[in-house]
Amino acid sequence: MPAGTRVRWAVVSATSVALVATGCGSSGDGGSGGGSSDTSKTFTYQSSEPQNPLQPANANETGGGRIVQNLFKGLADYDPSSGKLRMQVAESIDTSDAQTYNVTLKSGWTFHDGTPVTAKSFVDAWNWAANVGNNQINSSWFGDIEGYKDVHPESGSPTTDKMSGLTVQDDTHFTIKLYNKVSYFPYKLGYVAFSPLPEGFFKDPAGYGQKPVGNGPYQFVSWDHNSQVVTKTFANYQGVDKPKNGGVVFKMYTTAEAAYADLQSNNLDVMDQVPPSALANYKNDLGDRAIDAPQGAIQNVGFTLYQPEWQGANTAKVRQGLSMAIDRDTITKTVLQGSRKSATAWVAEGVEGYKSGTCGDFCTYNPDKAKQLIQEGGGVPGNAVKITYNADGGHKEWVDAVCNSIRQATGVNCSGDPKTDFKTARAAITGHQINGMFRTGWVQDYPLNANFLADVYRTGAASNDTGYSSPEFDKLSTEADQAASIQDTATGYQKAEEQLATDMPAIPLWYYRTNSGYSTNVQNVTFDSFGNPAWTQVEVKG
Amino acid sequence: MGHYVLRRVLQMIPVFFGATLLIFLMVYSLPGDPIAAMFGDKAADPAQVASLRHKYYLDQPLWKQYLHYMNNIFHLDFGTSFTGRPVSEIMADAFPVTIRLALVAFFFEIFIGLPLGLIAGLYRGSIADTLVLVLTLIVISIPVFVLGYIAQTIFAINLGWVTATVQDSKDITQLILPGLVLASLSLAYVARLTRTSIGENLRADYMRTAVAKGLPRHTIIGRHLLRNSLIPVVTFLGTDLGALMGGAIVTEGIFNIAGVGNVLYKAINQKEGPTVVGIVTVLVLVYLVASLVVDLLYAVLDPRIRYA
Repeated sequence: MPAGTRVRWAVVSATSVALVATGCGSSGDGGSGGGSSDTSKTFTYQSSEPQNPLQPANANETGGGRIVQNLFKGLADYDPSSGKLRMQVAESIDTSDAQTYNVTLKSGWTFHDGTPVTAKSFVDAWNWAANVGNNQINSSWFGDIEGYKDVHPESGSPTTDKMSGLTVQDDTHFTIKLYNKVSYFPYKLGYVAFSPLPEGFFKDPAGYGQKPVGNGPYQFVSWDHNSQVVTKTFANYQGVDKPKNGGVVFKMYTTAEAAYADLQSNNLDVMDQVPPSALANYKNDLGDRAIDAPQGAIQNVGFTLYQPEWQGANTAKVRQGLSMAIDRDTITKTVLQGSRKSATAWVAEGVEGYKSGTCGDFCTYNPDKAKQLIQEGGGVPGNAVKITYNADGGHKEWVDAVCNSIRQATGVNCSGDPKTDFKTARAAITGHQINGMFRTGWVQDYPLNANFLADVYRTGAASNDTGYSSPEFDKLSTEADQAASIQDTATGYQKAEEQLATDMPAIPLWYYRTNSGYSTNVQNVTFDSFGNPAWTQVEVKG
Repeated sequence: MGHYVLRRVLQMIPVFFGATLLIFLMVYSLPGDPIAAMFGDKAADPAQVASLRHKYYLDQPLWKQYLHYMNNIFHLDFGTSFTGRPVSEIMADAFPVTIRLALVAFFFEIFIGLPLGLIAGLYRGSIADTLVLVLTLIVISIPVFVLGYIAQTIFAINLGWVTATVQDSKDITQLILPGLVLASLSLAYVARLTRTSIGENLRADYMRTAVAKGLPRHTIIGRHLLRNSLIPVVTFLGTDLGALMGGAIVTEGIFNIAGVGNVLYKAINQKEGPTVVGIVTVLVLVYLVASLVVDLLYAVLDPRIRYA
């Protein structure tokens, strides 16, 4: 049989190649038992293949974002346990008017290639990232800085490659001048897009995007595409969070199911989020290695306020009524299997400035009151409403449950309106091609309530998908922006948030939680409100 | 024979052009904007979107995009993905993985499927025959992802014989379980096809002649019966090799194998034109070559078939 022998030969030769390859490629990872930790050992983390080159301002998705966060460290970051802003490369970030910020750097910080981290490393990096021609996805993050419009014009080429708002004084001092007063600007600086870049980067951005050189707790070792990104602890790391392990290996998984199977058999140490199929059992499976922690993220359904049917003062009552018709507690417990927590406000739990109960009665299930409010408001147009969502994100179950709840409580004919995938749904929502309700949500960029409010509900804000425009909200939020301290800003935004209860542009549903776990190889695993583990604190058992 | 092969190879050229054009059109008619999707839930900055569109040549009319793409192909440049990696490099990474997995699966199909079918066909109505029929029926009726998860749970999580997912795709021993799962359905078909084919040919005249001539049993089965019965099986195996290459998405997902299926699935989701067109075109070529090989094998198996 020619066919048979030919195939057999092929398999045999493939095996011999494989034996050679594994012979020299086996790694000394793994090993369990024992209570003490070994600071030289690495641990594995569930990741996904980055969708963009590993450049700090180009990582807006979790796959690349997590890796970049560990390779780079900016002026400040957020304390994983409290979410509060914490100085890293910066000694201090001072301002007297919330518009001009004086930054003083600590000395001694170096990049992984040994070159020092100076004021110039920051200013050059930001100028480069803000430049529209460099195609950084997070370039708009620099929009507050004076001169941004010159390097990032709305159309055409940049007129200069430097933002006038950034001035280097000496190696450890620089100033940032903003277009307007933004009291919480330092909070934004904790975002990874504001990381410094080494001199060499600017000569070969593409090459550095494949082999990044940063200044963070871990340094890049290798990127085996679709398989893993290996990092190791950077010996000269100057940050306040010195790693307690030898490095993080980011293993690429395409499904959470595969990652969970590996976690259970100790082939993966820490995972991101258990798959929906394991939600019911993961606490039994993992025992005290299961994690259930709050996340700075909220799920809402927004209204198409730009459509004539949803305008007019009285329609707010209809929206409030619909909100009261949703039995959040039951849905989070049953359909979502406890993986979410009912929302009582528009800002997620654990965020600076979070205040529970702003939504008040309107977020409490009450069918009678719901019916009454909808009637007072003139009823839902056509007594029917649709919730648009993306069918590829596991939203169908809860959208159906929300609709059932609305239908049973009020008799309004609610139905789901699935769009094939995320990008199609987004196109319909941002293109104003729908009428009714749509799934929306917000994941914090930084743990401050302003981020959940100004970026979503202010008139004309980039992510204002509902088309909400309230002079009162705009006034209160602008006042809050100009407050003297971050605390005052947070309080100011709490006032603005109250306006949302009156107008109900979007119904808050529930807060996200991190449902995760870890293997028997590691200990001291905690998660922050971004849903990331406190990387440097993970201990690998010796 | 040589002429025939040459003609078939030449036929692949228009198929290649047609396939790339069709796939190209299909990718670009997918709903949604890949550039806007890069920004996730956040609103996309219009100036940045315009600049990115220009970078990926997406600001040109479709026909220009296609010409640009084909022009690059002739310079052996398959384009770059959104990660900035050349597509040729992505394919060079993914294809060996999938080829290894497909060959492992193919091995099981031949060396388990064929003997099972042979035994069942030779001893029709026996317990062995019934057993093969029942087993293959079970395998055919269970979807592959169910089999995959069951196998993973039993052999990896409960028994700990193997790792739950493939840690190193170069290690062929780790590919045995995924390969078996991937092969299961086709294996059952191969067994059943062989069984039927053997059963029919057992009653053929030349078989009676061979027995009457007093030929030894192994010669009758090996040279006369099996060789004649293999034609439908080889046809199936040939096309199946193509299916194994591109259709392993589910198995690759369960066992976390970074093969063609996974890469393709991700690229389609991100609407990453160059990657999708590149990979699918290669898959089309694999199909074409596989079917050519099948046709040539007919001549080897059945001397009556001649190609001029």
